Amino acid sequence: MDDAVPELTPEVLPAGLDGLLVRFHLSPHPAAIAAAQVMAARLQADPPPGTAEICPALVSVHLRIDPTADRAGLSVRLLAEARRVAMERPPLPGPVRRWTIPAAFGGADGPDLGRIAAAMGRSEDAALAELLEADLRVLAIGFAPGQPYLGLLPPGWNLPRLPQITPEVPAGAIVVALRQIVVFGAPSPTGWQQLGRTSFRSFLPAREPPMVLRAGDALRFVRVAPDALPAAEDGGGLGGALLERLA
Amino acid sequence: MSGKLIIHAAQGVLTVQDLGRPGHLAQGLGRGGAMDRLALIEAAALLGQPAPLAAIEMAGAGGTFEVSAPTRIALTGAPMRAQLDGRPLLWAAVHLFRPGQRLRIGPAEAGVYGYLTPAGGIASEAWLGSRAAHLTIGISAPLAAGDAVPLHADPSPQDPALRLDVAPRFAGGELRLIDGPQTPLFSDETLAAFAQARFTRAVQGNRQGIRLDAAARFPAEALRQLTAGLASDIIGPGDVQMTGEGVPYVLGAECQTIGGYPRIGAVLPDDLPRAMQAPPGAGLGFRRITLDEALACHVPEAQLLAEARRRCRPLLRDPREVGDLASHNLIGGVIRGDEHEMEERAR
Repeated sequence: MDDAVPELTPEVLPAGLDGLLVRFHLSPHPAAIAAAQVMAARLQADPPPGTAEICPALVSVHLRIDPTADRAGLSVRLLAEARRVAMERPPLPGPVRRWTIPAAFGGADGPDLGRIAAAMGRSEDAALAELLEADLRVLAIGFAPGQPYLGLLPPGWNLPRLPQITPEVPAGAIVVALRQIVVFGAPSPTGWQQLGRTSFRSFLPAREPPMVLRAGDALRFVRVAPDALPAAEDGGGLGGALLERLA
Repeated sequence: MSGKLIIHAAQGVLTVQDLGRPGHLAQGLGRGGAMDRLALIEAAALLGQPAPLAAIEMAGAGGTFEVSAPTRIALTGAPMRAQLDGRPLLWAAVHLFRPGQRLRIGPAEAGVYGYLTPAGGIASEAWLGSRAAHLTIGISAPLAAGDAVPLHADPSPQDPALRLDVAPRFAGGELRLIDGPQTPLFSDETLAAFAQARFTRAVQGNRQGIRLDAAARFPAEALRQLTAGLASDIIGPGDVQMTGEGVPYVLGAECQTIGGYPRIGAVLPDDLPRAMQAPPGAGLGFRRITLDEALACHVPEAQLLAEARRRCRPLLRDPREVGDLASHNLIGGVIRGDEHEMEERAR
Protein backbone atom coordinates (compact mmCIF):
# COMPACT_ATOMS: atom_id res chain seq x y z
CA MET A 1 0.00 0.00 0.00
CA ASP A 2 1.90 3.07 -1.18
CA ASP A 3 0.66 6.55 -1.90
CA ALA A 4 0.30 5.86 -5.65
CA VAL A 5 -3.23 6.95 -6.40
CA PRO A 6 -5.35 3.97 -7.37
CA GLU A 7 -8.37 4.23 -9.57
CA LEU A 8 -11.30 4.72 -7.22
CA THR A 9 -14.29 2.52 -7.96
CA PRO A 10 -17.30 4.21 -6.37
CA GLU A 11 -20.16 1.74 -6.01
CA VAL A 12 -23.47 1.58 -4.17
CA LEU A 13 -24.26 -1.98 -3.15
CA PRO A 14 -27.09 -3.65 -1.26
CA ALA A 15 -26.04 -4.59 2.29
CA GLY A 16 -28.85 -6.79 3.53
CA LEU A 17 -32.53 -5.93 3.47
CA ASP A 18 -32.11 -2.69 5.36
CA GLY A 19 -28.72 -1.47 4.23
CA LEU A 20 -26.73 0.14 1.44
CA LEU A 21 -22.96 0.34 1.18
CA VAL A 22 -21.15 3.17 -0.58
CA ARG A 23 -17.67 1.83 -1.30
CA PHE A 24 -14.70 3.49 -2.99
CA HIS A 25 -12.24 0.60 -3.21
CA LEU A 26 -11.82 -2.93 -1.91
CA SER A 27 -8.39 -2.22 -0.39
CA PRO A 28 -7.43 0.40 2.17
CA HIS A 29 -5.71 2.82 -0.22
CA PRO A 30 -5.25 6.31 1.25
CA ALA A 31 -7.33 7.91 -1.53
CA ALA A 32 -10.23 5.54 -0.85
CA ILE A 33 -9.98 6.19 2.90
CA ALA A 34 -10.10 9.94 2.30
CA ALA A 35 -13.04 9.61 -0.09
CA ALA A 36 -14.99 7.53 2.45
CA GLN A 37 -14.33 10.14 5.14
CA VAL A 38 -15.55 12.94 2.88
CA MET A 39 -18.60 10.97 1.81
CA ALA A 40 -19.51 10.15 5.43
CA ALA A 41 -19.12 13.79 6.49
CA ARG A 42 -21.33 14.98 3.62
CA LEU A 43 -24.01 12.40 4.37
CA GLN A 44 -23.98 13.16 8.08
CA ALA A 45 -24.29 16.88 7.39
CA ASP A 46 -27.31 16.29 5.18
CA PRO A 47 -28.77 12.80 5.64
CA PRO A 48 -30.77 11.73 2.58
CA PRO A 49 -34.44 10.92 3.26
CA GLY A 50 -34.88 7.26 4.21
CA THR A 51 -31.56 6.85 6.03
CA ALA A 52 -31.85 5.50 9.57
CA GLU A 53 -28.13 5.34 10.40
CA ILE A 54 -24.87 6.43 8.76
CA CYS A 55 -21.74 4.55 9.72
CA PRO A 56 -18.29 5.42 8.34
CA ALA A 57 -15.92 2.53 7.72
CA LEU A 58 -12.41 2.57 6.26
CA VAL A 59 -13.12 2.69 2.52
CA SER A 60 -16.89 2.73 2.65
CA VAL A 61 -19.92 4.24 4.32
CA HIS A 62 -22.63 1.90 5.53
CA LEU A 63 -26.19 3.22 5.59
CA ARG A 64 -29.03 1.55 7.41
CA ILE A 65 -32.18 2.50 5.60
CA ASP A 66 -35.81 2.70 6.49
CA PRO A 67 -37.48 -0.47 5.12
CA THR A 68 -40.04 1.68 3.32
CA ALA A 69 -37.40 3.94 1.75
CA ASP A 70 -37.16 4.34 -2.01
CA ARG A 71 -34.14 2.05 -2.36
CA ALA A 72 -33.58 2.65 -6.06
CA GLY A 73 -33.93 6.42 -5.80
CA LEU A 74 -31.61 6.53 -2.79
CA SER A 75 -29.04 4.36 -4.60
CA VAL A 76 -29.02 6.66 -7.63
CA ARG A 77 -28.56 9.70 -5.44
CA LEU A 78 -25.77 8.09 -3.41
CA LEU A 79 -23.95 6.89 -6.51
CA ALA A 80 -24.02 10.37 -8.05
CA GLU A 81 -22.55 11.82 -4.84
CA ALA A 82 -19.94 9.05 -4.55
CA ARG A 83 -18.82 9.64 -8.14
CA ARG A 84 -18.54 13.35 -7.43
CA VAL A 85 -16.37 12.66 -4.38
CA ALA A 86 -14.21 10.19 -6.33
CA MET A 87 -13.70 12.70 -9.13
CA GLU A 88 -13.09 15.78 -6.98
CA ARG A 89 -10.68 14.01 -4.64
CA PRO A 90 -11.36 16.63 -1.98
CA PRO A 91 -9.06 16.79 1.04
CA LEU A 92 -10.32 15.42 4.32
CA PRO A 93 -12.90 17.74 5.84
CA GLY A 94 -11.41 19.82 8.66
CA PRO A 95 -11.80 18.21 12.07
CA VAL A 96 -14.43 19.59 14.44
CA ARG A 97 -12.67 18.30 17.54
CA ARG A 98 -9.10 17.42 18.48
CA TRP A 99 -7.96 15.03 21.21
CA THR A 100 -4.52 15.14 22.80
CA ILE A 101 -3.87 11.91 24.62
CA PRO A 102 -0.96 11.15 26.97
CA ALA A 103 0.73 7.85 26.26
CA ALA A 104 3.84 5.94 27.26
CA PHE A 105 5.90 4.34 24.49
CA GLY A 106 8.47 1.55 24.37
CA GLY A 107 9.70 -0.66 27.18
CA ALA A 108 7.02 -2.65 28.96
CA ASP A 109 4.36 -0.34 27.51
CA GLY A 110 5.48 -0.89 23.93
CA PRO A 111 7.24 -4.25 23.72
CA ASP A 112 7.28 -4.24 19.90
CA LEU A 113 8.72 -0.74 19.43
CA GLY A 114 12.27 -1.99 18.85
CA ARG A 115 11.14 -4.46 16.21
CA ILE A 116 8.96 -1.81 14.55
CA ALA A 117 11.81 0.71 14.39
CA ALA A 118 14.17 -1.93 13.01
CA ALA A 119 11.65 -2.86 10.31
CA MET A 120 11.43 0.83 9.39
CA GLY A 121 15.23 1.22 9.40
CA ARG A 122 14.99 4.01 11.95
CA SER A 123 15.91 4.55 15.55
CA GLU A 124 13.13 4.13 18.10
CA ASP A 125 13.21 7.86 18.83
CA ALA A 126 13.04 8.82 15.14
CA ALA A 127 10.13 6.49 14.50
CA LEU A 128 8.29 7.77 17.57
CA ALA A 129 8.94 11.41 16.67
CA GLU A 130 7.21 10.83 13.34
CA LEU A 131 4.26 9.17 15.04
CA LEU A 132 3.90 11.97 17.58
CA GLU A 133 3.96 14.59 14.82
CA ALA A 134 1.28 12.82 12.80
CA ASP A 135 -2.08 14.54 12.84
CA LEU A 136 -4.12 11.39 13.12
CA ARG A 137 -7.82 11.17 12.36
CA VAL A 138 -10.40 8.74 13.66
CA LEU A 139 -11.12 6.88 10.40
CA ALA A 140 -13.71 4.50 11.81
CA ILE A 141 -14.94 3.23 15.14
CA GLY A 142 -15.73 -0.39 15.53
CA PHE A 143 -14.91 -3.98 16.23
CA ALA A 144 -15.57 -3.09 19.87
CA PRO A 145 -17.58 -0.11 21.16
CA GLY A 146 -15.71 3.17 20.90
CA GLN A 147 -12.58 1.54 19.55
CA PRO A 148 -10.89 3.83 17.03
CA TYR A 149 -9.06 3.02 13.83
CA LEU A 150 -6.62 5.95 13.55
CA GLY A 151 -4.65 6.96 10.50
CA LEU A 152 -3.10 7.28 8.23
CA LEU A 153 0.53 7.27 9.40
CA PRO A 154 3.25 8.14 6.86
CA PRO A 155 4.05 5.40 4.30
CA GLY A 156 6.99 4.01 6.32
CA TRP A 157 4.44 2.71 8.82
CA ASN A 158 2.95 0.24 6.38
CA LEU A 159 3.80 -2.59 8.75
CA PRO A 160 2.26 -6.00 8.20
CA ARG A 161 0.11 -7.79 10.72
CA LEU A 162 2.19 -10.31 12.65
CA PRO A 163 1.93 -13.87 11.39
CA GLN A 164 1.20 -15.02 14.94
CA ILE A 165 -1.41 -13.60 17.30
CA THR A 166 -0.26 -12.03 20.56
CA PRO A 167 -2.64 -13.73 23.05
CA GLU A 168 -3.28 -10.59 25.06
CA VAL A 169 -2.37 -6.93 25.06
CA PRO A 170 -3.69 -4.83 27.97
CA ALA A 171 -6.52 -2.32 27.89
CA GLY A 172 -5.13 0.92 26.52
CA ALA A 173 -2.58 -0.82 24.29
CA ILE A 174 -1.63 1.27 21.26
CA VAL A 175 -1.02 -1.10 18.38
CA VAL A 176 0.00 -0.46 14.79
CA ALA A 177 -0.24 -2.11 11.38
CA LEU A 178 -1.00 -1.03 7.80
CA ARG A 179 -0.39 2.69 8.56
CA GLN A 180 -3.17 2.55 11.13
CA ILE A 181 -3.31 2.64 14.90
CA VAL A 182 -5.85 0.93 17.11
CA VAL A 183 -6.23 1.73 20.81
CA PHE A 184 -7.76 -1.25 22.59
CA GLY A 185 -10.43 -0.53 25.15
CA ALA A 186 -10.16 -3.93 26.83
CA PRO A 187 -7.52 -6.66 27.06
CA SER A 188 -7.48 -8.22 23.59
CA PRO A 189 -5.64 -10.71 21.42
CA THR A 190 -4.11 -9.02 18.38
CA GLY A 191 -1.97 -9.56 15.33
CA TRP A 192 -0.90 -5.91 15.40
CA GLN A 193 2.29 -4.71 17.11
CA GLN A 194 2.18 -2.83 20.40
CA LEU A 195 4.29 0.32 20.68
CA GLY A 196 2.62 2.15 23.53
CA ARG A 197 -0.04 2.33 26.18
CA THR A 198 -2.51 4.96 27.36
CA SER A 199 -4.95 5.12 30.23
CA PHE A 200 -7.48 6.78 27.91
CA ARG A 201 -10.55 4.52 27.64
CA SER A 202 -12.62 5.09 24.51
CA PHE A 203 -15.46 3.01 26.03
CA LEU A 204 -16.71 2.82 29.58
CA PRO A 205 -20.28 1.57 29.95
CA ALA A 206 -21.10 3.63 33.03
CA ARG A 207 -19.68 6.89 31.66
CA GLU A 208 -21.89 9.45 29.96
CA PRO A 209 -21.36 9.20 27.06
CA PRO A 210 -19.96 5.64 27.11
CA MET A 211 -18.21 6.02 23.73
CA VAL A 212 -16.36 9.33 23.48
CA LEU A 213 -14.67 9.35 20.07
CA ARG A 214 -16.35 10.13 16.76
CA ALA A 215 -15.22 9.35 13.27
CA GLY A 216 -13.52 12.44 11.88
CA ASP A 217 -12.02 13.55 15.21
CA ALA A 218 -8.38 14.64 15.06
CA LEU A 219 -6.06 12.98 17.56
CA ARG A 220 -2.45 13.35 18.67
CA PHE A 221 -0.49 11.39 21.20
CA VAL A 222 1.80 13.18 23.62
CA ARG A 223 4.60 11.17 25.18
CA VAL A 224 4.78 10.92 28.97
CA ALA A 225 6.87 8.79 31.30
CA PRO A 226 5.13 5.51 32.21
CA ASP A 227 4.74 6.58 35.84
CA ALA A 228 3.14 9.86 34.71
CA LEU A 229 0.19 8.09 33.09
CA PRO A 230 -2.94 8.80 35.13
CA ALA A 231 -4.71 5.81 36.62
CA ALA A 232 -7.25 4.43 34.17
CA GLU A 233 -10.11 5.04 36.58
CA ASP A 234 -9.28 8.75 37.07
CA GLY A 235 -11.24 11.54 35.42
CA GLY A 236 -13.92 9.40 33.81
CA GLY A 237 -11.35 7.14 32.20
CA LEU A 238 -10.11 9.85 29.87
CA GLY A 239 -6.50 9.25 30.88
CA GLY A 240 -5.64 12.94 31.06
CA ALA A 241 -6.83 13.50 27.49
CA LEU A 242 -7.51 17.05 26.36
CA LEU A 243 -10.45 17.74 24.05
CA GLU A 244 -10.51 20.94 21.97
CA ARG A 245 -13.46 22.04 19.90
CA LEU A 246 -12.16 23.47 16.66
CA ALA A 247 -15.39 24.59 15.02
CA MET B 1 -47.50 -5.15 42.58
CA SER B 2 -44.05 -5.68 41.19
CA GLY B 3 -41.88 -8.56 42.19
CA LYS B 4 -38.82 -10.49 41.30
CA LEU B 5 -37.74 -13.65 39.60
CA ILE B 6 -35.34 -15.52 41.84
CA ILE B 7 -32.73 -17.77 40.26
CA HIS B 8 -32.10 -20.81 42.48
CA ALA B 9 -29.96 -22.60 39.94
CA ALA B 10 -28.66 -21.77 36.48
CA GLN B 11 -28.14 -24.84 34.36
CA GLY B 12 -27.55 -23.11 31.04
CA VAL B 13 -26.16 -19.66 30.26
CA LEU B 14 -28.98 -17.35 31.38
CA THR B 15 -29.00 -13.72 30.27
CA VAL B 16 -31.60 -10.99 30.02
CA GLN B 17 -32.27 -10.25 26.34
CA ASP B 18 -34.65 -8.03 24.41
CA LEU B 19 -34.56 -6.78 20.83
CA GLY B 20 -31.28 -5.01 21.50
CA ARG B 21 -30.05 -1.46 21.00
CA PRO B 22 -29.89 -0.46 17.34
CA GLY B 23 -28.54 2.90 16.24
CA HIS B 24 -24.99 2.89 17.64
CA LEU B 25 -23.11 1.30 14.76
CA ALA B 26 -21.05 4.44 14.16
CA GLN B 27 -19.79 4.15 17.76
CA GLY B 28 -18.84 0.52 17.27
CA LEU B 29 -21.73 -0.91 19.26
CA GLY B 30 -23.79 -3.62 17.59
CA ARG B 31 -27.49 -4.15 18.11
CA GLY B 32 -27.12 -7.31 20.21
CA GLY B 33 -30.27 -8.73 21.79
CA ALA B 34 -31.96 -12.10 21.56
CA MET B 35 -30.45 -14.79 19.34
CA ASP B 36 -33.96 -15.92 18.35
CA ARG B 37 -35.97 -12.73 17.93
CA LEU B 38 -38.98 -14.73 16.77
CA ALA B 39 -39.17 -16.34 20.22
CA LEU B 40 -39.61 -12.89 21.80
CA ILE B 41 -42.27 -12.05 19.22
CA GLU B 42 -44.09 -15.31 19.99
CA ALA B 43 -43.92 -14.55 23.71
CA ALA B 44 -45.45 -11.10 23.12
CA ALA B 45 -48.28 -12.69 21.13
CA LEU B 46 -48.91 -15.27 23.86
CA LEU B 47 -48.93 -12.64 26.60
CA GLY B 48 -51.09 -10.18 24.67
CA GLN B 49 -48.34 -7.54 24.74
CA PRO B 50 -48.23 -4.87 22.02
CA ALA B 51 -44.46 -5.32 21.54
CA PRO B 52 -41.81 -7.87 22.54
CA LEU B 53 -40.61 -7.68 26.15
CA ALA B 54 -37.28 -8.52 27.70
CA ALA B 55 -36.92 -12.22 28.53
CA ILE B 56 -34.51 -14.60 30.17
CA GLU B 57 -32.58 -16.20 27.31
CA MET B 58 -31.53 -19.72 28.30
CA ALA B 59 -28.67 -21.13 26.22
CA GLY B 60 -28.56 -24.92 26.24
CA ALA B 61 -30.60 -25.40 29.40
CA GLY B 62 -32.71 -23.48 31.89
CA GLY B 63 -32.54 -23.54 35.65
CA THR B 64 -34.65 -23.39 38.78
CA PHE B 65 -36.80 -20.32 39.41
CA GLU B 66 -39.18 -18.81 41.92
CA VAL B 67 -41.26 -15.61 41.87
CA SER B 68 -42.22 -13.22 44.67
CA ALA B 69 -45.51 -12.16 43.06
CA PRO B 70 -47.91 -14.02 40.77
CA THR B 71 -47.13 -13.57 37.10
CA ARG B 72 -47.91 -15.28 33.85
CA ILE B 73 -44.84 -16.49 32.02
CA ALA B 74 -44.42 -17.40 28.37
CA LEU B 75 -42.06 -20.23 27.45
CA THR B 76 -40.84 -19.95 23.85
CA GLY B 77 -37.86 -20.72 21.63
CA ALA B 78 -36.00 -24.03 21.91
CA PRO B 79 -38.33 -26.47 23.67
CA MET B 80 -37.03 -27.42 27.10
CA ARG B 81 -38.50 -29.79 29.64
CA ALA B 82 -40.32 -27.53 32.10
CA GLN B 83 -42.02 -28.45 35.37
CA LEU B 84 -43.92 -26.31 37.84
CA ASP B 85 -43.84 -28.03 41.24
CA GLY B 86 -43.20 -31.26 39.37
CA ARG B 87 -46.12 -30.78 36.98
CA PRO B 88 -45.00 -30.78 33.33
CA LEU B 89 -45.63 -27.57 31.42
CA LEU B 90 -46.36 -27.29 27.74
CA TRP B 91 -43.72 -25.32 25.83
CA ALA B 92 -44.73 -22.46 23.48
CA ALA B 93 -47.46 -21.58 25.95
CA VAL B 94 -48.36 -19.31 28.85
CA HIS B 95 -48.54 -20.50 32.46
CA LEU B 96 -49.38 -18.80 35.73
CA PHE B 97 -46.40 -18.85 38.11
CA ARG B 98 -47.23 -18.21 41.77
CA PRO B 99 -45.03 -17.43 44.79
CA GLY B 100 -43.99 -20.59 46.57
CA GLN B 101 -43.92 -22.65 43.40
CA ARG B 102 -40.70 -23.95 41.86
CA LEU B 103 -40.20 -23.76 38.13
CA ARG B 104 -37.60 -26.16 36.79
CA ILE B 105 -36.45 -25.87 33.20
CA GLY B 106 -34.10 -28.58 31.97
CA PRO B 107 -31.89 -28.97 28.91
CA ALA B 108 -33.11 -28.10 25.41
CA GLU B 109 -34.80 -31.05 23.74
CA ALA B 110 -34.22 -29.42 20.35
CA GLY B 111 -32.59 -26.16 19.38
CA VAL B 112 -30.32 -24.06 21.59
CA TYR B 113 -32.03 -20.95 22.98
CA GLY B 114 -35.16 -21.13 25.14
CA TYR B 115 -36.89 -18.02 26.51
CA LEU B 116 -38.74 -17.35 29.74
CA THR B 117 -40.75 -14.12 29.44
CA PRO B 118 -42.53 -12.69 32.51
CA ALA B 119 -45.80 -11.03 31.43
CA GLY B 120 -45.16 -7.60 32.93
CA GLY B 121 -41.64 -7.33 31.63
CA ILE B 122 -38.27 -7.26 33.33
CA ALA B 123 -37.55 -4.13 35.35
CA SER B 124 -33.76 -4.24 35.41
CA GLU B 125 -31.94 -1.04 34.53
CA ALA B 126 -31.67 -0.33 30.81
CA TRP B 127 -28.42 0.75 29.18
CA LEU B 128 -28.69 2.82 25.99
CA GLY B 129 -32.35 1.94 25.73
CA SER B 130 -32.04 -1.83 26.14
CA ARG B 131 -31.82 -4.37 28.95
CA ALA B 132 -29.98 -6.88 26.79
CA ALA B 133 -26.83 -8.37 28.27
CA HIS B 134 -23.86 -7.91 25.92
CA LEU B 135 -21.36 -10.26 27.46
CA THR B 136 -18.33 -9.53 25.27
CA ILE B 137 -18.29 -5.84 26.26
CA GLY B 138 -19.18 -6.32 29.91
CA ILE B 139 -22.81 -5.21 29.80
CA SER B 140 -24.43 -7.39 32.47
CA ALA B 141 -23.30 -10.92 33.22
CA PRO B 142 -24.94 -14.33 33.04
CA LEU B 143 -27.46 -14.86 35.83
CA ALA B 144 -26.30 -17.12 38.63
CA ALA B 145 -27.86 -18.87 41.60
CA GLY B 146 -28.95 -16.29 44.15
CA ASP B 147 -29.63 -13.56 41.60
CA ALA B 148 -33.04 -11.87 41.64
CA VAL B 149 -34.32 -10.20 38.48
CA PRO B 150 -36.77 -7.34 39.21
CA LEU B 151 -40.10 -7.65 37.41
CA HIS B 152 -42.91 -5.29 36.56
CA ALA B 153 -46.27 -6.55 37.75
CA ASP B 154 -48.26 -8.72 35.38
CA PRO B 155 -51.06 -6.40 34.19
CA SER B 156 -53.58 -9.25 34.02
CA PRO B 157 -52.45 -12.48 35.69
CA GLN B 158 -55.95 -13.97 35.42
CA ASP B 159 -56.03 -13.78 31.62
CA PRO B 160 -56.67 -17.21 30.11
CA ALA B 161 -53.48 -19.03 29.25
CA LEU B 162 -52.70 -19.40 25.55
CA ARG B 163 -50.60 -21.70 23.45
CA LEU B 164 -49.11 -21.34 20.02
CA ASP B 165 -48.03 -23.73 17.30
CA VAL B 166 -44.68 -22.33 16.28
CA ALA B 167 -42.68 -22.58 13.10
CA PRO B 168 -40.25 -25.50 13.57
CA ARG B 169 -36.73 -24.12 13.50
CA PHE B 170 -34.81 -26.16 16.05
CA ALA B 171 -33.02 -28.80 13.97
CA GLY B 172 -31.22 -26.91 11.22
CA GLY B 173 -32.41 -26.97 7.61
CA GLU B 174 -32.24 -24.58 4.71
CA LEU B 175 -31.19 -20.95 5.05
CA ARG B 176 -31.93 -18.41 2.35
CA LEU B 177 -28.82 -16.41 1.48
CA ILE B 178 -28.67 -13.00 -0.18
CA ASP B 179 -25.61 -11.56 -1.87
CA GLY B 180 -23.63 -8.95 0.00
CA PRO B 181 -21.09 -6.34 -1.09
CA GLN B 182 -18.28 -8.92 -1.04
CA THR B 183 -20.04 -11.84 -2.73
CA PRO B 184 -18.25 -11.09 -6.06
CA LEU B 185 -14.92 -11.89 -4.35
CA PHE B 186 -16.00 -15.55 -4.64
CA SER B 187 -15.89 -17.29 -8.02
CA ASP B 188 -19.07 -18.60 -9.60
CA GLU B 189 -17.74 -22.13 -9.03
CA THR B 190 -17.24 -21.49 -5.32
CA LEU B 191 -20.67 -19.88 -5.00
CA ALA B 192 -22.26 -22.86 -6.74
CA ALA B 193 -20.34 -25.34 -4.57
CA PHE B 194 -21.33 -23.40 -1.46
CA ALA B 195 -25.02 -23.59 -2.40
CA GLN B 196 -24.69 -27.35 -3.00
CA ALA B 197 -22.74 -28.10 0.17
CA ARG B 198 -24.19 -29.75 3.23
CA PHE B 199 -22.93 -28.15 6.41
CA THR B 200 -22.91 -29.27 10.01
CA ARG B 201 -23.27 -26.78 12.81
CA ALA B 202 -19.93 -27.12 14.59
CA VAL B 203 -19.43 -27.25 18.35
CA GLN B 204 -17.74 -23.83 18.14
CA GLY B 205 -20.43 -21.24 18.53
CA ASN B 206 -21.80 -18.64 20.91
CA ARG B 207 -23.77 -15.41 20.81
CA GLN B 208 -21.17 -13.94 18.44
CA GLY B 209 -21.68 -16.57 15.79
CA ILE B 210 -21.55 -20.22 14.80
CA ARG B 211 -19.01 -22.15 12.79
CA LEU B 212 -20.18 -24.44 9.99
CA ASP B 213 -18.22 -27.53 8.96
CA ALA B 214 -18.24 -29.15 5.55
CA ALA B 215 -16.03 -31.51 3.59
CA ALA B 216 -15.06 -28.72 1.17
CA ARG B 217 -13.49 -25.26 1.66
CA PHE B 218 -14.83 -22.06 0.09
CA PRO B 219 -12.04 -19.48 -0.26
CA ALA B 220 -12.60 -16.00 -1.66
CA GLU B 221 -10.42 -16.42 -4.75
CA ALA B 222 -10.36 -12.74 -5.75
CA LEU B 223 -8.62 -11.82 -2.48
CA ARG B 224 -5.35 -13.01 -4.01
CA GLN B 225 -5.48 -10.18 -6.54
CA LEU B 226 -5.87 -7.54 -3.82
CA THR B 227 -2.23 -6.63 -3.24
CA ALA B 228 -3.06 -4.26 -0.39
CA GLY B 229 -5.46 -6.71 1.22
CA LEU B 230 -9.16 -6.40 1.88
CA ALA B 231 -10.26 -3.34 3.84
CA SER B 232 -12.18 -4.18 7.01
CA ASP B 233 -15.84 -3.35 6.69
CA ILE B 234 -19.08 -3.12 8.65
CA ILE B 235 -20.51 -6.53 9.56
CA GLY B 236 -23.75 -7.58 11.20
CA PRO B 237 -25.88 -10.50 12.41
CA GLY B 238 -26.60 -13.00 9.64
CA ASP B 239 -23.48 -12.21 7.64
CA VAL B 240 -21.63 -15.33 6.54
CA GLN B 241 -17.91 -14.67 7.04
CA MET B 242 -15.33 -16.88 5.41
CA THR B 243 -12.06 -17.44 7.23
CA GLY B 244 -8.79 -17.46 5.32
CA GLU B 245 -9.03 -21.25 5.16
CA GLY B 246 -12.52 -21.02 3.62
CA VAL B 247 -14.56 -22.08 6.68
CA PRO B 248 -17.86 -20.18 7.06
CA TYR B 249 -19.17 -18.58 10.25
CA VAL B 250 -22.71 -17.22 10.51
CA LEU B 251 -22.58 -14.11 12.70
CA GLY B 252 -24.91 -13.91 15.67
CA ALA B 253 -26.65 -11.13 17.59
CA GLU B 254 -23.55 -10.20 19.58
CA CYS B 255 -21.07 -10.06 16.69
CA GLN B 256 -18.50 -7.30 16.37
CA THR B 257 -19.26 -4.32 14.14
CA ILE B 258 -16.18 -4.34 11.90
CA GLY B 259 -14.56 -7.41 10.42
CA GLY B 260 -11.78 -8.20 8.01
CA TYR B 261 -12.88 -11.59 6.68
CA PRO B 262 -14.74 -11.61 3.36
CA ARG B 263 -18.44 -12.37 3.52
CA ILE B 264 -20.01 -14.68 0.99
CA GLY B 265 -23.51 -13.38 1.69
CA ALA B 266 -26.06 -12.83 4.44
CA VAL B 267 -28.76 -15.09 5.84
CA LEU B 268 -32.23 -13.65 5.27
CA PRO B 269 -33.30 -12.22 8.67
CA ASP B 270 -36.40 -14.44 8.54
CA ASP B 271 -34.13 -17.53 8.61
CA LEU B 272 -31.68 -16.31 11.25
CA PRO B 273 -33.60 -17.92 14.16
CA ARG B 274 -33.31 -21.26 12.34
CA ALA B 275 -29.55 -20.74 11.91
CA MET B 276 -28.93 -19.75 15.53
CA GLN B 277 -31.22 -22.44 16.96
CA ALA B 278 -29.41 -25.22 15.06
CA PRO B 279 -27.71 -27.32 17.73
CA PRO B 280 -24.18 -28.67 17.25
CA GLY B 281 -24.34 -31.51 14.74
CA ALA B 282 -27.48 -30.25 12.99
CA GLY B 283 -27.39 -30.07 9.19
CA LEU B 284 -27.60 -26.68 7.50
CA GLY B 285 -27.56 -25.63 3.86
CA PHE B 286 -27.95 -22.44 1.87
CA ARG B 287 -30.20 -21.39 -1.00
CA ARG B 288 -29.04 -18.25 -2.77
CA ILE B 289 -31.91 -15.90 -3.60
CA THR B 290 -31.92 -12.49 -5.24
CA LEU B 291 -32.49 -9.28 -3.31
CA ASP B 292 -35.85 -8.85 -5.06
CA GLU B 293 -36.89 -12.35 -3.99
CA ALA B 294 -35.70 -11.59 -0.48
CA LEU B 295 -37.65 -8.34 -0.29
CA ALA B 296 -40.73 -10.12 -1.64
CA CYS B 297 -40.68 -12.99 0.89
CA HIS B 298 -39.43 -11.07 3.94
CA VAL B 299 -42.00 -10.73 6.71
CA PRO B 300 -41.37 -7.68 8.92
CA GLU B 301 -41.39 -8.29 12.66
CA ALA B 302 -44.60 -6.29 13.23
CA GLN B 303 -46.36 -8.62 10.80
CA LEU B 304 -44.84 -11.69 12.46
CA LEU B 305 -46.31 -10.50 15.74
CA ALA B 306 -49.76 -9.90 14.22
CA GLU B 307 -49.71 -13.37 12.62
CA ALA B 308 -48.54 -15.08 15.82
CA ARG B 309 -51.30 -13.31 17.74
CA ARG B 310 -53.90 -14.71 15.34
CA ARG B 311 -52.53 -18.23 15.78
CA CYS B 312 -52.74 -18.19 19.59
CA ARG B 313 -55.43 -20.42 21.05
CA PRO B 314 -56.52 -21.42 24.54
CA LEU B 315 -54.18 -23.73 26.36
CA LEU B 316 -57.07 -26.11 27.03
CA ARG B 317 -56.94 -28.83 24.46
CA ASP B 318 -59.84 -29.31 22.09
CA PRO B 319 -61.39 -32.68 23.09
CA ARG B 320 -61.69 -33.60 19.40
CA GLU B 321 -57.91 -33.59 19.16
CA VAL B 322 -57.54 -35.92 22.10
CA GLY B 323 -58.06 -39.64 21.67
CA ASP B 324 -57.77 -40.71 25.27
CA LEU B 325 -60.01 -38.09 26.85
CA ALA B 326 -60.41 -39.87 30.16
CA SER B 327 -56.76 -39.55 31.12
CA HIS B 328 -56.69 -35.83 30.46
CA ASN B 329 -57.26 -33.31 33.17
CA LEU B 330 -58.97 -30.43 31.38
CA ILE B 331 -59.25 -28.14 34.37
CA GLY B 332 -57.55 -24.78 34.51
CA GLY B 333 -54.88 -25.40 31.93
CA VAL B 334 -53.41 -28.31 33.84
CA ILE B 335 -52.07 -30.89 31.45
CA ARG B 336 -51.09 -34.50 31.48
CA GLY B 337 -47.48 -35.47 31.92
CA ASP B 338 -46.85 -36.76 28.43
CA GLU B 339 -48.28 -33.75 26.64
CA HIS B 340 -44.85 -32.73 25.50
CA GLU B 341 -44.10 -36.07 23.88
CA MET B 342 -47.43 -35.91 22.09
CA GLU B 343 -46.47 -32.53 20.72
CA GLU B 344 -43.16 -33.86 19.52
CA ARG B 345 -44.75 -36.84 17.80
CA ALA B 346 -47.29 -34.64 16.09
CA ARG B 347 -44.56 -32.64 14.35
